[in-house]
Amino acid sequence: MSDLDKVFKALADPTRRRLLDLLHADNGQTLSALCEHMDMTRQAVTQHLQQLENANLLAIVWQGREKLHYLNPVPLHEISQRWISKFERDRLDLLHTLKRNLEDDHSDKT
Amino acid sequence: MTTATKPSFVYVTYIATTPEKVWQALVDVDVMRQYWVGTKAGSVVRVNVSDWKPGSSWTHERLDDSRTVDIAGTVVECEPPRRLAFTWARPAEVDDTSKHSRVAFDIEPYSDGVVRLTVTHDGLEHDPGMLNGISGGWPQILSNLKTLLESGHALPASVAAA
Repeated sequence: MSDLDKVFKALADPTRRRLLDLLHADNGQTLSALCEHMDMTRQAVTQHLQQLENANLLAIVWQGREKLHYLNPVPLHEISQRWISKFERDRLDLLHTLKRNLEDDHSDKT
Repeated sequence: MTTATKPSFVYVTYIATTPEKVWQALVDVDVMRQYWVGTKAGSVVRVNVSDWKPGSSWTHERLDDSRTVDIAGTVVECEPPRRLAFTWARPAEVDDTSKHSRVAFDIEPYSDGVVRLTVTHDGLEHDPGMLNGISGGWPQILSNLKTLLESGHALPASVAAA
């Protein structure tokens, strides 16, 4: 499987997107902290995290005996660069801000 | 990492190249100018200038006529071709080390012909403005660097600016 296939496969699952959302809100969490927000076994969460790590969407830092999980946005950045030209970015930012303001920022969470 | 502080950000990219080439890209202005630029139209190319000895100063300068210094700090570790670490501060706050955050680049051989490059930025938790500014910046720089080292070609924007 290519690196890009791994990224899309990892993102295709709502549980894994939820884990990325949790890290986006508070980066560098332990497995235990993440499990508090997830309605599933610790083992299931571990497997989802492993898939995210294999896709390079997670970076791991060890702090003493604590394993901290970080959202690694580099592969996502590469995807956006592939299809968005630099001259479109300012316009897309404006459009995104407009949409967010109009919709009051509760959409797009799943 | 041996530090006790929890990083604010960790960015990882895998590049099909050698540790030596990644190292050169981090310390050599002529390579830096080919990738240290943002995605938006009109972004200015910036380079990091230093002699890269521990204890020396470094500056993050615009590569235009102004040579404006946007960021400055002190080189903490320099172990070619494995680890480069420096502090990171606004030029006005460079004398107050309590205002410095810390950046580290770790270069590790990953598999045959592939290098894992990790950028860690810590000490930003009390500086939301800087945190916002850099959180979009690092993925861009890493992605540019990967493109440059794997294709051997500079990005169109940096050619225009050079």
